[in-house]
Order: sequence, then structure tokens, then C-alpha cells
Amino acid sequence: MTVSVNSGRIRLLPTAALVLGAIYCVVPTLWILIAATKSKTDLFSTATYLPSFGAGIWQNIVDLSTYQGGIFWQWMLNSFGYALIGGVVASLVSAACGYGIALYEFRGRKVVFNVILACVLLPQIVLAIPQYLLLSNVGLTDSYLGVLLPQLFNPYGIYLCRIYAASSVPQSLLEAGRIDGASEWKLFHTVGLRLMGPGLITVFLLQFIAIWNNFLLPFVMVNSDSKFPLTVGLYSLLRHGAAEASLYSLVITGTLLSVLPVIALFLSLQRYWRLDLVTGALK
Amino acid sequence: MAARNRAKLPYLLVAPAVALLTLFVVAPGVYALVLSFQARKVVGGLLGGGSKLVFVGFDNYGLALADPELWASIVRMLLVALLFIPATVGFALLFALLLDVPRVRLARSTRLAIFLPYAVPGVIASLMWGFMYLPATSPIGGDHVDFFGSTTVFFSVANVAVWGSVGFNMIVIFTALRSLPAELYEAARIDGCSELRMALRIKVPLVLPAIAMCTLFTALASLQLFNEPNTLRPLSNAISSTWVPLMKIYEDAFVDSDVNKAAATSVLFVIAALAVSFVASRTVSRVNR
Repeated sequence: MTVSVNSGRIRLLPTAALVLGAIYCVVPTLWILIAATKSKTDLFSTATYLPSFGAGIWQNIVDLSTYQGGIFWQWMLNSFGYALIGGVVASLVSAACGYGIALYEFRGRKVVFNVILACVLLPQIVLAIPQYLLLSNVGLTDSYLGVLLPQLFNPYGIYLCRIYAASSVPQSLLEAGRIDGASEWKLFHTVGLRLMGPGLITVFLLQFIAIWNNFLLPFVMVNSDSKFPLTVGLYSLLRHGAAEASLYSLVITGTLLSVLPVIALFLSLQRYWRLDLVTGALK
Repeated sequence: MAARNRAKLPYLLVAPAVALLTLFVVAPGVYALVLSFQARKVVGGLLGGGSKLVFVGFDNYGLALADPELWASIVRMLLVALLFIPATVGFALLFALLLDVPRVRLARSTRLAIFLPYAVPGVIASLMWGFMYLPATSPIGGDHVDFFGSTTVFFSVANVAVWGSVGFNMIVIFTALRSLPAELYEAARIDGCSELRMALRIKVPLVLPAIAMCTLFTALASLQLFNEPNTLRPLSNAISSTWVPLMKIYEDAFVDSDVNKAAATSVLFVIAALAVSFVASRTVSRVNR
């Protein structure tokens, strides 16, 4: 009896520490939710921790939705477009490359893999400005493609896919398929891609979030408002807000609206997040 | 036919990745290298004149390295890194160890809450914290504490970065902890070893490779520091337009339109990043052994 009480008390401290950590991580989102309920004037005049129960939040959403003809929703759409298309294509490119390196012997295999491994260690963001300089020569800046193309190459994804392919696709299964007369290509997309499935979803989610979070590349690449992703759009709104404080409540509302869908997506896809696969650790 | 197909397919599979690598990593790198050895010189003449690119050797590198603003930005980045790296890795390790304590309550929901900021873009995180720092709207005492003071601003920037990265690193360490065999602890528990002693004496040494990997990730992230200070800048004049190296490169390229100097700084920066990666990954693999 004493033992169980004792061990119950001991677990209290770790739990409390974890809860504190969780609060630290959640508070900014909660506060932005409260701030978004306030009208432009209330934002600077009422107690910051008390939400307003007036029409503040709807008015803010309406104001944001009508700001420059609803450009905020265009930004939202762009962000989803970039992240979704980029995530899918980058995962397929990574899957093909990882599968090829893991399951075939061919000339140049080692060189290709070592170069890709070196790219994992090279922060992609330092390439954003050189990428802009290069793409401006071929007229691809300020276009959707200019933002999308550089983000299709995901060296870490290839590295992970190689590990997944080597551990989840047995050579013997491919041999059996070959005897049955299946073509190599067919083996890749029917056997390979299917067996690598859970790993591929992780690679997709990682790249989706990387593109969703990216700022510098679209910031340098695009200068027409209509092609901005959310990050660049809200930043530009904040910059205008420095001169015109009434825009602050729009920025706050926009911040809230841009955080909510990702959190929802995140929670609903929780089941598919194989966090153990993020580091390439496999049982 | 089948044999030929078998010989061809691996190349086809690798081709898209190699093409993208060539076009968007190698080509920009080489192009930046070329630009860094050139400068736009005005060629005057009676008939108007203009400018053209000429080869100038290492002039741009000399110019870049002699720029005191670059060095000041490097010092500021290092100061933020000095707060950011130990705080991120330290808290990530602490939370991972706490999650690993047997029968700890609320483990799933707290783990998720701590991981969630990973999905929030750095710019958006900076906006949220920025308004929390701003005296007019601050819920955390921004009207009493100046979060954008000459010293506090380093803590404020580092805090946003820590907030965004603790969760991911926690997961990396937690995954490593979970892959340790459970039998390891049984003997220690029977011997009456406390959870704290077990964490410090058994778990930490065994997950040292994961801790080293997190240190490498966060060191690389500090080099790339840009989103947080750049987004907080409109809210405070404590942050200059060249506060960290990437902001300095951006300023050179797009505000001063000195693409060649920016290219030289970029090249130096890539070399520095690769050096950090190389040294750190060597350390990681030594720890692994």
C-alpha cells in the first residue's frame, strides 16, 4: 500500500513537468485565438487574456476575407497547392530513387548516393538566393514553377526511402515476380511502392510541412501578391501593418486561420505519422 | 528484352532525382561561384556607356570579409545559437526522458502538444510570439519587460526558435529511448536503482548518438536563422536589416543590388555550413562507434 502511494507521488513530478512543457507549446496558439476575437480598437485597449464575446472575430474574418479582394484565401490555396503538389511529386521522386539505389546494382550507384548524402547536410535554404539568380535567367521567377521546382528534390527523403526499400522490399519477392514474367517497372509500382507505403507517407508529410513552412524561397522567388504562400502573404501584411496599426488585427486573424488547418490536418493524420520512421530507425 | 529492361530501369528510377539535383543544387551552386568572381564595372564612353561583367578574382570575397556588418551579423547569430542549441537539445532530452518514465500520466497528449509547433511555420510562430512580446498587446508582461531590449532581444529570438524545434528533437531522442531493450532496466530496477539514476547513468549514455544528431540539426538550423528575426523586425527597431548572415546576404542581393558580393557571401556561407556539417557528422559517427 505504502509502495503504491509512494510510486504514485513520484510520477507526479514528471507529469507536471510535461504539462508545463505542453502549456508552453500551446499558449501562443491559445492567445492568438483570444486576440482574434477582438475588434481593432479592443485589441489595444482590453485586458489581453480576456476574449471579447462581441462580433469581433466575425468582423475580423470578414475584414480579412475582403482585404484586397480576398487575397488571404488565395494565399491559403497557394500554400496548400505548393505543399500538396510538391509533397506528392517529391515523395515519388524520392521513392523511385531510393528504390533504385537500394535494390539494383548499377554503375554510378555509389557516387549518386554519396552526393545525395552530402546534400542532406547542406542546408537547402542557403541555396534559395543562388536558385533565384539562376532561375531569373530563364524567366521562371515570379511563377508557381519557380517556387515548386526547387522543392521537388528532397535528399533526406531519398535517404529515408533507400532505408525503407532495403528493409521492406525483399529481393526474393522481386525474383518471384520476374519468374512470373512481370516487368521491372511493374514490379516497382505494384510491389515496391506498396511495400514502402507507410514510409512514403512519412516522407510525404515531412516534405509537405517543409514546403508549408518555407519562407525564404518564395520570399525571394515571387513578387506578385497572388502567388504568395501564407507565410510570405502574412509577412507582407505585417510589414504594411507597421505603418497602419489597424492591419494588426487582420494579421492576428490570418495567423489564427493559417494555424488551424495544419493543426487539424496534423491531428487527423496522427495515425499515419510513423514518428519512428522519421529518423530512419527500423525494427 | 527483360534483361535489358533490368539494366535500364535503375537509371530511369534515379534519373528524376539526379536531374533535379543537377538543376537546382549543382547549377545554382556553380552559378553562384561564377558570379562571385565577377563584378559589374561601368564601361564609360562618349556614347553613353553602360556596364558589363568582368572577372575580378577574389575581390568580392575580400569585400565581403572586410564588411563589418557581416561580422556583426555572425556574432549575433552565434549569440542566438548559444541560447538556442543548449535550450533545444536540453529540453528535448528532458521531455523525452520524462515521457519514458513508466506510468507517467498524460504522456500521449503532452507529447502531441509539444510536437505540434513543428507544423507551425517559423514566420507564423514569430508573428504569434511577436504580438506576445509587443507592449501594446502582450499577455506576458511586455508592458513591464522590454522583450526587444539590446540583451533581451537575443532571448526573444532564441525563444521562438526553441518553441518551434523542441518537439521534433524530443521525438528523435524519444524514438532512440524506445528502441533500447526493456531488459536493460529490469536488472537495475531489481537492484533498487531510482528512475533518476537510471535516466542519468543508463539512458543518457545510450542515446548519446541521438543527442549528437539533435545537436547537429540545431547547429545547422542556427546557421539558417532568418525567418524569426526577419519577421520580428517590423515589430521592433532592435533588429536591423542585417541582423543575421542570411539577412545580410538578402540585403546585399536585393536591397543593394550587389548580386556578386551576395554570391561571394553565399559561397562562404555554404562552405561554413558544410564545414559545420562535416565536423558534426564526424563527431556523430564517432559517438556512434
